[in-house]
Amino acid sequence: MDFLTLLQVLDSSLRLATPLLLACLAGLFSERAGIFDIGLEGKMLAAAFLSAAIAATTGSVWLGLLAGIGASLLLSAIHGLASITLRGDQIISGVAINFLAAGLTVVISQDWFGQGGRTPPLLSSGRFEPLNLPGSVPAKEISQAGPFMQLYSELLSGHSLLVYVALLMVPLTWLILYKTRFGLRLRAVGENPAAVDTAGISVVGLRYAAVGICGVLCGIAGAYMATALQAGFVKDMSAGRGFIALAALIFAKWRPWYALGACLLFGFFFAVDNRFQNILLPAWAMSGVLLALGFGLFAYMRNKTLLDRIVLGGLGLGLVVVATLITLSSLSAGLDSMIKIPVVFIQSLPYVLTVVVLAGFVGKAIPPRSGGVAYVKEK
Amino acid sequence: MGVMPKWADVVLVPLISLFIAALLSALLILAIGESPVAALKLMIEGTLLRSSGWGYMLYYTTNFIFTGLAVSVAFHAALFNIGGEGQAMMGGLGVALVCLFIPWPHWSFAIIGASLGAAVFGMIWAGLPAYLQAKRGSHIVITTIMFNFIAAGVLNFFLVGALKPKGSMDPATANFPATTHLPTFEDMASLMGFEKMFRAAPANVSFFLALVACVLVWVLIWRTPLGYEIRAMGKSEPAARYAGIGSVKTIMVAMMISGALSGMMAINTTQGESERLILNFTEGAGFIGIAVALMGRSHPLGVLLAALLFGFLYQGGAELALWTKIPRELIVVIQALVILFTGALTLMVRGPLERLFLSLRREG
Amino acid sequence: MIRPRHWVGAAFVDKGILMSQPAIELKGISKAFGSVQANKDISIRVMPGTIHGIIGENGAGKSTLMSILYGFYKADAGEIFISGQKTAIPDSQAAIFAGIGMVFQHFKLVENFTVLENIVLGAESGAFLAPSLRKARAELAELATEYELNVDPDAVIEEIGVGMQQRVEILKALYRRANILILDEPTGVLTPTEADQLFRILGRLREEGKTIILITHKLREIMDITDTVSVMRRGEMTATVKTSQTSPENLAELMVGRKVLLRVDKVPAQPKQQVLEITGLNVVDDAGVARLNDVSLSLRAGEILGIAGVAGNGQSELLEVLGGYQSATGSVKVNGATLDLTGANSDGQSRRANGIAHVPEDRQREGLIMDFMAWENAVFGYHRDLAHQANRFFMDNAAIKAETAAKMQRFDVRPPNPNLTAQNFSGGNQQKIVLAREIERNPDLLLIGQPTRGVDIGAIEFIHQQIVALRDQGKAILLVSVELDEILSLSDRVAVMFDGQIMGERDPAKTNEKELGLLMAGVTGEAST
Repeated sequence: MDFLTLLQVLDSSLRLATPLLLACLAGLFSERAGIFDIGLEGKMLAAAFLSAAIAATTGSVWLGLLAGIGASLLLSAIHGLASITLRGDQIISGVAINFLAAGLTVVISQDWFGQGGRTPPLLSSGRFEPLNLPGSVPAKEISQAGPFMQLYSELLSGHSLLVYVALLMVPLTWLILYKTRFGLRLRAVGENPAAVDTAGISVVGLRYAAVGICGVLCGIAGAYMATALQAGFVKDMSAGRGFIALAALIFAKWRPWYALGACLLFGFFFAVDNRFQNILLPAWAMSGVLLALGFGLFAYMRNKTLLDRIVLGGLGLGLVVVATLITLSSLSAGLDSMIKIPVVFIQSLPYVLTVVVLAGFVGKAIPPRSGGVAYVKEK
Repeated sequence: MGVMPKWADVVLVPLISLFIAALLSALLILAIGESPVAALKLMIEGTLLRSSGWGYMLYYTTNFIFTGLAVSVAFHAALFNIGGEGQAMMGGLGVALVCLFIPWPHWSFAIIGASLGAAVFGMIWAGLPAYLQAKRGSHIVITTIMFNFIAAGVLNFFLVGALKPKGSMDPATANFPATTHLPTFEDMASLMGFEKMFRAAPANVSFFLALVACVLVWVLIWRTPLGYEIRAMGKSEPAARYAGIGSVKTIMVAMMISGALSGMMAINTTQGESERLILNFTEGAGFIGIAVALMGRSHPLGVLLAALLFGFLYQGGAELALWTKIPRELIVVIQALVILFTGALTLMVRGPLERLFLSLRREG
Repeated sequence: MIRPRHWVGAAFVDKGILMSQPAIELKGISKAFGSVQANKDISIRVMPGTIHGIIGENGAGKSTLMSILYGFYKADAGEIFISGQKTAIPDSQAAIFAGIGMVFQHFKLVENFTVLENIVLGAESGAFLAPSLRKARAELAELATEYELNVDPDAVIEEIGVGMQQRVEILKALYRRANILILDEPTGVLTPTEADQLFRILGRLREEGKTIILITHKLREIMDITDTVSVMRRGEMTATVKTSQTSPENLAELMVGRKVLLRVDKVPAQPKQQVLEITGLNVVDDAGVARLNDVSLSLRAGEILGIAGVAGNGQSELLEVLGGYQSATGSVKVNGATLDLTGANSDGQSRRANGIAHVPEDRQREGLIMDFMAWENAVFGYHRDLAHQANRFFMDNAAIKAETAAKMQRFDVRPPNPNLTAQNFSGGNQQKIVLAREIERNPDLLLIGQPTRGVDIGAIEFIHQQIVALRDQGKAILLVSVELDEILSLSDRVAVMFDGQIMGERDPAKTNEKELGLLMAGVTGEAST
């Protein structure tokens, strides 16, 4: 893979990471204030739909963006009402919001456009077009340019506005969270709401503010998906990105700069999946890696309890079996013959990686202490 | 007993929540330009007034009983099992392997084997997230959602690869042998002399299996020491530690039972209806199980009633999609509203109700 | 931060004008929760520059009163006057505005913030943090010299000790220009030495003209440090007296309304064979801190060993090890059988099989499932016993219910209805349910933690009698309590724990609270400076 291809993959990663990043920061604000938000997915979906719908009907992508943010804020309000005022179960509320968005977006889009649940494709005024930074080289001439120019033109320039906005959100979030009064109070309310309450600050107000910021960021994420990344809304287009953003948030230990890194990594996986449908590896390499992992698990489980041995041993055994099957099936063609990695494997990689992250194999992640629990004044 | 008598807590609150959900859905239908009353009439005609309507309704109900029971068992242990979809998919894989590769003489044997296969695969698929929660503290909600996606990938892999018959373009397995065919209601009715009942409806004997599962779950949760331990741990983990109830063991057992129940749903869909394994056969039943469990307050009787209701809505929704411009996704909206009102906005219903009972009590 | 009113108040006090005005006056404060009258027509005057104690039993209404003063609740009737001015306190902000600062029993600190960040929270000067932190740092230095309240501003709360954390709470109030400081049960988590330091600080604050309200149930503290004391009982203020003109016995009687029997009648113990032998027990927690340090104990049948000590010195861990849900190293033998000390998760079952019963310190969190009905709680921990099974698979619910009804009669649990959930019983009756369950197992060794915490006086006497009766039947009893009176009156032997170690053993008939207090504070042997 040459330098230019690498740049193109990285470029694609950035574009694909943007909705993740925005959703991740949205979740960060919410969870740092103690409101667990599983409904990021639904908010993004609702925002994607409404922004595409309004952009299609009015021809203005900016109105679409506003509409998308509005849709997301509406769902945030419901979640806030359920979690903060009514002290209900935050996870159930989030799950319900996801279904609500999934159902309503199709029902309404079918009613408005009659195209089976999608919005009409967007023309250029209804989209965020790529912005070319000054001095960059157009795509046709890029292969002739020098490496730095290639980096500048391919990777840094040519993204839509919202990508740059998303990137800007990272230092902004860091600033708000750690350098302002609001940020101090927000973090406090997620750790010990009683401390905030007894200091005379409204716990409810802070939490609603956090939920509102979450809504705005998810709105931008959704609008980006439908009006920049793609050209319109399609049923279920968020495809689990809201959940991956949550995983990235945990991976990032609820910190803004780490969140950037996590989302870029996951975006990279998406980019690779898009670009390389046929990844070939020699059979010996594949079975070798699987065997090594399998035996690694066997070794790791040596001094553990029976349950650990069953689970880890079972997984290890599975890996060894797969390695054996690969070896056997390639015996005829020779062990250095190339075997294609199944497409589903690469597609499932973000989800598998999320589980690995959650299993704590990348360090212990301690969530905000009062996360997920409604605040009741102590009597 | 608290402020409200028990019957109010168990029956009135879910009913009122359901009523509010129905009201909002009616408003939505109006907004699309259809009449809610006409829609309801159509749904009733399509499901309750003809035997094949019942056949379709009970087919869906069977699915929802299994997934509803699954979520309920997990809820008793204070675990939220959103992975019903993935566990059901893996259950389907188990059913397919059992039906395709073992020569069964009769369906009554096949169903036992398939149940085992479905349950085991479902158990494993739930057991892994349970293990991660119990041992590593990984939040079970997110891991089970991830496992749903991974299961879809695994199913995909097998259905376009190893299990697809040669020369076929369909991502599906071969048809199961005829000896595994489960008698449908139509078959059973004909046996008893009723020729034209349940025409072509997919409801089959696994409905009775689901009913048996209801009874077994009730017995398990309220009559056995294991059920006692699951409930105790669900209420208070520190207390469970004091009493010597192992949290790791209880979390795993509860989730595995939950996964097994989700997996068993595949007997209805895969062995009972399609008689081969196809993509997306779960069609969201795992998620509806959540609504069913919440409405039914995690009690098998409540689950049964809620499953009947959702079966009605599902089949009715299909009728609506056929005859009006209301798309099937309306049911998803209703499902969401039910979950919202029975699960998250309970105080909205409970608060005023409690105040009502309090004032009634003062006057009385 | 704008500060009008309390500056005015402080200025008045500083200039010596209107010194006769009470710092706080409450007139006719009443508050009801549903049918429970928590505060009934309370009137009280607290003079500035004094330490005013408020004493009362659990449920007397002290916390409600303080919550009203701090703006958490709105009184149904009555008025509040601060320095002679009628003041409305609808929320905590108004209370802070009025110069009231509160130090809660459970600290309201953000554990992973620094001391400085905690102090500044809510009292920031501006939208950006940096100037607020700078200002706070400077003022903190001033306050430290003025009141001898030294803390490290950059220390993280979860890493400093409890005594230090309490100082941060006090500093928070002082930073907000509090003139009136309310402390709710401040010494519950302190060692006697730390408590003395606190009282020195309070004395200093009093000298500077601050008004201090001290809520406590410890008679000794009232006598030691307060100038005036008000007694609350059942929601009413029964008396307000000058401390110099009263005595502990007098106050106890005012608290309870009758002559209180501070000792339990019992015959001398007749200990028999050895039941429990602990050698070299060590427990290290997740952070690597030693919670139990080389503890050795022995206990014989027919005697009560009381473990005295301030909460948090290892007593809880000792009970948890013996109860089976804390792992440890060392040796524990019950009736000669060695216990497995590695089970951190589920060894409660084997403990019970070894004849150990456990009444835990926190009955609502551990001893009972609040949502379970009384009959379900009656077999909690013993649910797998064959005695409760109808057959191999099912529990015999009907038999359990009948048995529970009988138990409730025997232990005078009110109301004796097995179908009520544990929530519906009072603290004392809940404790009786737990006791009934554990005692009727006929254990060889009974572990009891805080048996009468949150229990009303009538039930306390009953529970004490049950414990002594069990001893007389020849059982071994390990009693852990933070109430020295309870330990002294019930125990046949007393061991004192401090910092995870046994500091010493005493004969309760031959020792006194002062000697035990010293041991509890870690002072051993002859050298006492």
